[in-house]
Amino acid sequence: MPTTLTVNGASATVDLPGDTPLLWALRDGLNLTGTKYGCGVAACGACTVMVDGTALRSCQTTLADVAGASVMTIEGLGSPAALHAVQAAWIEHQVAQCGYCQSGQIMQAASLLAENPSPTPQDIDDAMDGNLCRCGTYPRIRAAVQDAANRLREV
Amino acid sequence: MSRLGTIARRTFLIGSAAILGGVAFGTYAYRKPHPNPIAGAGIGAITPYVLIDPQGVTIITPRAEMGQGIQSTLAALVAEELDLPWNQVRVMHGPPAAAYYNRGMLEEGVPFAPTDESWLAETARHAMAIPAKFLALQITGGSTSTPDAYEKMRAAGAVARVALIQAAARRLGVSADTLRTEAGAVIAADGTRIPYTDLAVEAAESDLPAVPPLKARADWTLLGTSLPRIDMVEKSTGTAVFAGDIRLPGMRFATVKMNPAIGAAMNSYDASAALQLPGVEQVIDLGHGVAVVANSTWAAIQGANAVIFDWAAASYPATTAEMRAQIGAAFTADTLNATPRNEGDVTKSSGQTWEAEYHVPTLTHATMEPMQATAHLHDGMLDIWVGTQAPGFARAAAARAAGIPEENVTLHTTLMGGGFGRRTEVDATVYAAQVAAAIPGTPVVVTWSREEDMAHGMFRPMATARIKGSVIDGTVESLDLAICAPSIMETFAERFGVPLAGPDSTLSQGAWEQPYGFANYRVTTHRAPRTVPHGFWRSVGASHNGFFHESAVDELAHLAGVDPLEFRLRQITHEPSRKVLEAVAEMSSWGTPRLNRALGVAFCLSFGVPTAEVIEVEDTPDGIRLTAAWAAVDVGTALDPRNIEAQVSGAMVFGLSAAINGQITFAGGHVEQQNYWDYAPLRLHQCPEIQVRILESGGKIRGIGEPGTPPAAPALANALFALTGQRARELPLDAAFSFA
Repeated sequence: MPTTLTVNGASATVDLPGDTPLLWALRDGLNLTGTKYGCGVAACGACTVMVDGTALRSCQTTLADVAGASVMTIEGLGSPAALHAVQAAWIEHQVAQCGYCQSGQIMQAASLLAENPSPTPQDIDDAMDGNLCRCGTYPRIRAAVQDAANRLREV
Repeated sequence: MSRLGTIARRTFLIGSAAILGGVAFGTYAYRKPHPNPIAGAGIGAITPYVLIDPQGVTIITPRAEMGQGIQSTLAALVAEELDLPWNQVRVMHGPPAAAYYNRGMLEEGVPFAPTDESWLAETARHAMAIPAKFLALQITGGSTSTPDAYEKMRAAGAVARVALIQAAARRLGVSADTLRTEAGAVIAADGTRIPYTDLAVEAAESDLPAVPPLKARADWTLLGTSLPRIDMVEKSTGTAVFAGDIRLPGMRFATVKMNPAIGAAMNSYDASAALQLPGVEQVIDLGHGVAVVANSTWAAIQGANAVIFDWAAASYPATTAEMRAQIGAAFTADTLNATPRNEGDVTKSSGQTWEAEYHVPTLTHATMEPMQATAHLHDGMLDIWVGTQAPGFARAAAARAAGIPEENVTLHTTLMGGGFGRRTEVDATVYAAQVAAAIPGTPVVVTWSREEDMAHGMFRPMATARIKGSVIDGTVESLDLAICAPSIMETFAERFGVPLAGPDSTLSQGAWEQPYGFANYRVTTHRAPRTVPHGFWRSVGASHNGFFHESAVDELAHLAGVDPLEFRLRQITHEPSRKVLEAVAEMSSWGTPRLNRALGVAFCLSFGVPTAEVIEVEDTPDGIRLTAAWAAVDVGTALDPRNIEAQVSGAMVFGLSAAINGQITFAGGHVEQQNYWDYAPLRLHQCPEIQVRILESGGKIRGIGEPGTPPAAPALANALFALTGQRARELPLDAAFSFA
């Protein structure tokens, strides 16, 4: 039975079983490929999206769970032409290497800053600890999150 | 990408008849170029590296982007000489083609230390260009991309610039020497400005000039500066395209499940339960396992888990302990691989002696993007999208797997979600081609589950070292390092059907060529029996030898009662190597006592790059914490400092992940680890702040993707010794130490 939800501000209908993880509904059902599969067991954070404003691992959230909810993916956060402050900070600090984990990192960071506009270094370490990066971009992630917080406070 | 597909297909169909360029090879003695793979009617393909059309200038960067930033650095080499502003640069990976062979890859395979710039060593390196060209190795790896491209891609830009000037001169009816170039245009004396894009076709029709003199370094405006990476915006907005992100009408989603006893047969399987699951459409026999095709990747993975298999048993020892015992038993004369260093007489010692055994486990790459590829067989033609470090190998393998001629395969090299050597392999390509061939007309993305990726690595071998040494008068009197591991090249050569002649030099990499002047100094390698498939893991042999060698030097320093950094400086014989050690000493305030904290140092010369690292650890109530890290490298000439910094720091984190947590173990012939919870890379809270200093001796330019990895483990182990008095002779370290 198709499920209807809001994705990046627009209504979307996915014709996949309700127990399909949101990750695969986004990627394979809606062709929103910015959200990545890394582990399937909430161990890496590459699939992080926001559901009703809170960062969640989309591999552990079923399609049925988000029926009627509002989902934001990396594609909805900002675009190359209209960057979100976190994305702008990521580019300023040249964070990405392979880039595969970065959608999840950015969504996690955006969620952190929405809840906590002035995170301490410890807050950043705590919030970002579930997002793995195999390229080792962690020092730049720390710097970019701090910079994004400054950018958002100045707005 | 579609544009490239069109170019490539047209080129292959017409048999690459039109050779417009190849002048990029003009700086090399071996004159006859391969056909220009991007040559085609109506396209300004001035050299294999520069494509100009009315839409813009595209630089072909034929090395794969796996996160190391190479496409930006390669593009900058061309753009610098072409006077093309950075914001006008567009890049394409380019098709698999002989013109893009990697000479650097074989050059460093010669039996001369990278610090040896003697006539004989240089001649041998140069001679390697000929086999590299015939083999047409378009491989990204071995930290070779930058050295390989440094001259030829600048030359390509310079030639293209002259061709554009000549075209403008003809059009304007003026002498070429009255024209100059600036910001992507030819400028005449009267101020007339002709953009390169307007000159594309005329320039491609010119006779190509000889390679003009390249710019002096003082005139560089792009090279030597930190440029924004070309892929940064797309990677920050979710718009970067990886192999599993291709979406085509009518697409299906698949996964594979292969015998966890790697390489062993599948006796039988029962797919009836799998085929009952919603969304599961088809189960395809792949010989050693199956592929499940479904309407979503999730359904495919569920389907694969529901297939009941009867697997044959592994042909290699079933357990980690047996594999380890097999290595321990192979330190014998008949397994001798090579003795690449043998100075003085290590059997004679008059000073204090020491001996120890060191051991490292099997490792896997665990790239963030699991293995995946997209394939579409239509009308006997196969399109395949895959992140590959070896597109030539991948295309040939895809053709064989699909049962079609190689010229009917169009290989699209996508971005890679991490490579680290894993994507030199063609397994993901082969399975995708097999699945596509089984469902002709239907495009399919084949994504491995993380569990499948973990179970079927191309592993960094387990290795053991037996080390003896002696010290006298505060210096090393002798060091005798014997290393034993299964050979990477043996299983690699088997997989790729290439003959393996002579010893496997990866076994001694990072050990035999270290620039220490020990009077009695021997490095011996032994080849243990083969077990599982082994592959290239970031820094290859140096990933274990750096740990063996630098732990040994540290142990000898303590035996001699000399500060470990001072001990190294006393005996290092290579000036750039001395300088990186001095740099980390200064950066870390080495020698300053610190409360509850201690420092460890390690040095390794790998891929020609002297690299020194210092790590600071702290004893905290929660366990041992890594509080700071410093690294210094000498790359000869630094093209993009910020990117080099990222590579060194990332490579260090990669090494630390393995040092602290990394191990693949076997039971019943199967890999025991399943996912990131039991093969755990470093997380953000564990990552120290890292400072990197880049030195430029002005020697041969070097690549920097790998050299940051080897010193990480020994620097940490040496720091742990300094903090706790406990010597770590085995990795991973979390077996003996508790980390915060």
